[in-house]
Amino acid sequence: MNTADLHPDPRPRRFASVQGLFGELWRDKAGFLGVALMGALLFMAAAAPLLAPHPPTAQDLRARLVPPAWEEEGSRKHLLGTDHLGRDVLSRVIYGARVSLAVGAVVVLLAGSFGVVLGLLAGYRGGRTDSLIMRWIDTQVAFPGLLIALIILAVIGPSMLTVILVLAFNGWMVYGRMTRGLVLSVRQTAYVEAAEMVGCSATRVIFRHILPNLTSPLLTLAILEFARIVLAEAALSFLGMGIQPPATSWGLDVAAGKNYMFRAWWLVTFPGIAISITVLAINLVASWLRLISDPQEREKQFARQMRALSARRRRRRPEAVTP
Amino acid sequence: MGRYFLKRLLQGVVVIFGVTVLVFVVTRLVGDPVKVMLPLEATAEQRAEFERQLGLDRPMAVQFVDFMGGLTRLDFGESLWQRRPAMTIVLEKLPLTLQLAFLGVGLALMLSIPLGILAALRPGGLADRSTVFLSLIGLSVPQFWLGLLLIVILAVQLHWLPTSGIGTPAHLLLPTVTMALPALARLVMIVRSSMIDELNQQYIKTCFAKGLSFRRVIGVHALRNAALPVVTLCGWELIRAVAGYSVVVETVFAWPGLGLTAIQALERDDLILLQAIVFVVAILVVAINILMDLVYKAIDPRLELA
Repeated sequence: MNTADLHPDPRPRRFASVQGLFGELWRDKAGFLGVALMGALLFMAAAAPLLAPHPPTAQDLRARLVPPAWEEEGSRKHLLGTDHLGRDVLSRVIYGARVSLAVGAVVVLLAGSFGVVLGLLAGYRGGRTDSLIMRWIDTQVAFPGLLIALIILAVIGPSMLTVILVLAFNGWMVYGRMTRGLVLSVRQTAYVEAAEMVGCSATRVIFRHILPNLTSPLLTLAILEFARIVLAEAALSFLGMGIQPPATSWGLDVAAGKNYMFRAWWLVTFPGIAISITVLAINLVASWLRLISDPQEREKQFARQMRALSARRRRRRPEAVTP
Repeated sequence: MGRYFLKRLLQGVVVIFGVTVLVFVVTRLVGDPVKVMLPLEATAEQRAEFERQLGLDRPMAVQFVDFMGGLTRLDFGESLWQRRPAMTIVLEKLPLTLQLAFLGVGLALMLSIPLGILAALRPGGLADRSTVFLSLIGLSVPQFWLGLLLIVILAVQLHWLPTSGIGTPAHLLLPTVTMALPALARLVMIVRSSMIDELNQQYIKTCFAKGLSFRRVIGVHALRNAALPVVTLCGWELIRAVAGYSVVVETVFAWPGLGLTAIQALERDDLILLQAIVFVVAILVVAINILMDLVYKAIDPRLELA
């Protein structure tokens, strides 16, 4: 609950809610950190050509395996050092954000829309459609996903497109299951019945009346899945079955740096840190979203705030509490 | 009860059938196995000979029946890479993968219970907040990278542990820890949240009121009731470890189990060996799922399995 709900605000509702959201974000420091990091990463990906000091694939064979600038043999020209081909590590880390975030976003979009549509169908239609779709989901959930991804990638050949397709193929079931469960709980509510009563078509009921009410749990799920996909893409690229050179990917860079791990620690370290920070940021945003969109959690949070407030009052005026 | 397991078994058969059909479709119809498995410079005669050898020149339906027939005898044919029956290789590597998976998830479970309880005793307290934050970090660090870092720090810099391979108990330590981390992060969260839920129940107050010791209330009464979601997650973690993490962890530590073999087969374009591995792992996943149901029933006799 935010203050706008307690004191009616004369300003237009939308402003109040945006402000309330920001205030809430500021109060939850971890969530704020996540959103800030996420914003920085998005900016880094979008402005990569402006930020990167060198092109990511530019080789400089005279400056191979140069350590980071703060080491003794490091140079100011390559802040995070260079790899075995003399490519600038910092530039590659900056450009790597593009691939990770793009793959993550596209996969979430693809898998999410497919899963949500099937889940809506299963939940709304019920009966045979439902049991067919659910059986399909149950079966595919029990597949050894990574191994099947590897076999598919080996046969059609790894590339950004195939990685996206394979990850989407492996990841849509969560959305289907969750959407169906949510639809079943919404299905019997009065407003859905009313919409059906006045003669809305099934499509209209599903997409205009049911779907908007599922937004917040599905959004949280999508963001959690985004974090998982970033990790999965990194792992596939690390195994040599994901993004292929000359494209840049953090997982690919860790794999390449692995061979020089004992001489050049920075090659493995920085791309790995980049992956970790990205996934951490997404996870923080997701857990914050879950907190603010879950009514039970909000109640707990409100109770905590009230307790803290009264404790503070008690500390200030002890006589007021024990009259 | 019996009917329930028959149903689950049937579901398992459907899963395994689905996996094999998918693998068959991907390897024969989507891709050209000859192109994948033979070098680019192979002549037309060599290709034809190879096709005949594998029976790929026959109609697709015949191939499919033959393929499924082979499966029922657990016969996938000879690995192109090792020139031995693929199934023999898989059965040879399987124990190593299972060992790593069980050790990793076991370690995660053992650590997660005390940590989760500690966090749940005072929700919002310092221990709670740091546990939650650390497990978020644990979830965010890529497993392969953690493994490499452990190698660089503990094996290369400090010379405490061997870098990779198998043999002594010391060789087990780093792969097990790496395997355990993501499972630990998720398990701590679930132990914590389900313990918080249980500790808010009225029966906990009753237990304390009738004079039971703190240790007994927490460790026996609350923990046992909080166990169900933990067991569910444990099953999932085992499945993830066998079917996914093993590939990554075994590659990093050169642990010669199924995962590393899969990657090696991939590098040598040995689709036959790869098929055998996928098939066996699919069976393992189904088996773990059914096993989990048995454990549920043992933990919570109220549960009606239907």
